[in-house]
Amino acid sequence: MSLALQFKGVDFSYGQGPRVLGGVDLAVSEGEFVAIAGPNGGGKTTLLRLALGLERPSRGEVLLFGEPARSFGNRTAIGYLAQRTRIGVHAPATVREVVEAGRAALRLVGRLRREDHEAVEEALERVGMLHLARRPLSELSGGQQQRAFIAKALAARPALLVLDEPTTGVDVEAQDALGGLLNRLHGELGVTILYVSHEFGAVEQFVERLVLVRERIVFDGPPSQLPGVWHDPSHTHA
Amino acid sequence: MLDLEFMRLAFAAGAIVGVLAPTVGFFLVQREMSLIGDGIGHVAFAGVAAGYLLGVSPVWTALAAAIVGAAGIEWLRSRRRAAGDQALAIVFYTGIAGGVVLISAAGALNANLFSYLFGSILTVTRSDLVVIAVLGIGALMVVAVLMRALVSVSLDEEGARVAGLPVAALNGLISMLAALTIGVSMRIVGILLIAALMVLPVIAAQRVAWSLRSTIGLSICFGLLSVLTGLTVSYYGNLPPGGTIVLTGTGVFLATSSLEALRR
Repeated sequence: MSLALQFKGVDFSYGQGPRVLGGVDLAVSEGEFVAIAGPNGGGKTTLLRLALGLERPSRGEVLLFGEPARSFGNRTAIGYLAQRTRIGVHAPATVREVVEAGRAALRLVGRLRREDHEAVEEALERVGMLHLARRPLSELSGGQQQRAFIAKALAARPALLVLDEPTTGVDVEAQDALGGLLNRLHGELGVTILYVSHEFGAVEQFVERLVLVRERIVFDGPPSQLPGVWHDPSHTHA
Repeated sequence: MLDLEFMRLAFAAGAIVGVLAPTVGFFLVQREMSLIGDGIGHVAFAGVAAGYLLGVSPVWTALAAAIVGAAGIEWLRSRRRAAGDQALAIVFYTGIAGGVVLISAAGALNANLFSYLFGSILTVTRSDLVVIAVLGIGALMVVAVLMRALVSVSLDEEGARVAGLPVAALNGLISMLAALTIGVSMRIVGILLIAALMVLPVIAAQRVAWSLRSTIGLSICFGLLSVLTGLTVSYYGNLPPGGTIVLTGTGVFLATSSLEALRR
């Protein structure tokens, strides 16, 4: 199976600062559901920024679907859910307006066409938000807002879905529901998912692979092989 | 009132300004850059002064200075050479200081200068109206065509960058549109008060709107209401139009805030 993401001997420092990542080798195949976890300051967000082509490695190479991540051309193949504590606008954006923004890169100018509206409807339906499409996002719970942003990420029908700390500001119940939703999307769409978070309990039972980052990769394998003391204590699964 | 040609010209120009200023201001408010219009306005003041000194029409020198000021603020902000408010402060104070020195050198501290600072309903000429119409309608068309991309960057700048949107170009475009709005609007509202017309209708609309589209629509309605009411009051009260327009905008804001409080 071809690779969605590949790190080859990657080191990274911000400017002349201390090394944030060192000697990272990682290969994620298309269709995998991978959780990338680690302590705050351990380098997982840097790893994600490198994967998205937002940073240039100090040494080594990062490839997205076989192309250098920095110059990866087919950007709409990436659905990205940025870490956030609130929506970026003060005006009352509705769920549908947020999801429609996910088509902006595909339809930079002019009105949305029928296929755009169909993609938006499909994304809303997949996350179970169709009935809330006309509601302002600010009136919804943290979990519902997160679903709306996942729908925005899905609106361009991506091949790779990247989520950065998606459980920020979301209660444990909604976190578990989010894990279930991602598992279903993975099954239905076959999309590659990178779930980056300091707490991985919400997806521990769904992911095939867990990667722990602490300046380097300290664990890479199925969660069942993770040493007991490293499990996320905020979640227990029967 | 509309029997007089200068009032018809003022109302026609005011209608364009009333639509353009809140449309561009919508994006400034969402990006928490409500005061950028003020910073650019002060650079435009230096441009007016340079026009007097060089014997060129102050409208064009002010427009050129506003564009340079907007580019400067965006450059300082995007390169993180200075935090957003510091970038604004540098441009703001340099603009006003440069303007004072140039005005003094040109010996132009007179009533005509005040028409640029605070607006005047007597000074809009037919050729001014043509310039305002061409630039204003052109700017509105650019916003209409790129609306979704501009909204997408405002909603989630990093997400837009990952998706491949030309974020730096779109941010630069917003700053340029702000500069253009100030250049177009200064004959009516004045360069020291135009920023308020870009911001007040949007803040008022956000209090009662239910979506992004309704926020933009209501902002334009409130902008038009402020300009047309302000010009009328200015005519009958013999007052400077910039002040009456902005105070009307403040009144609209207070009204929508009250409405919001009543709904809770």
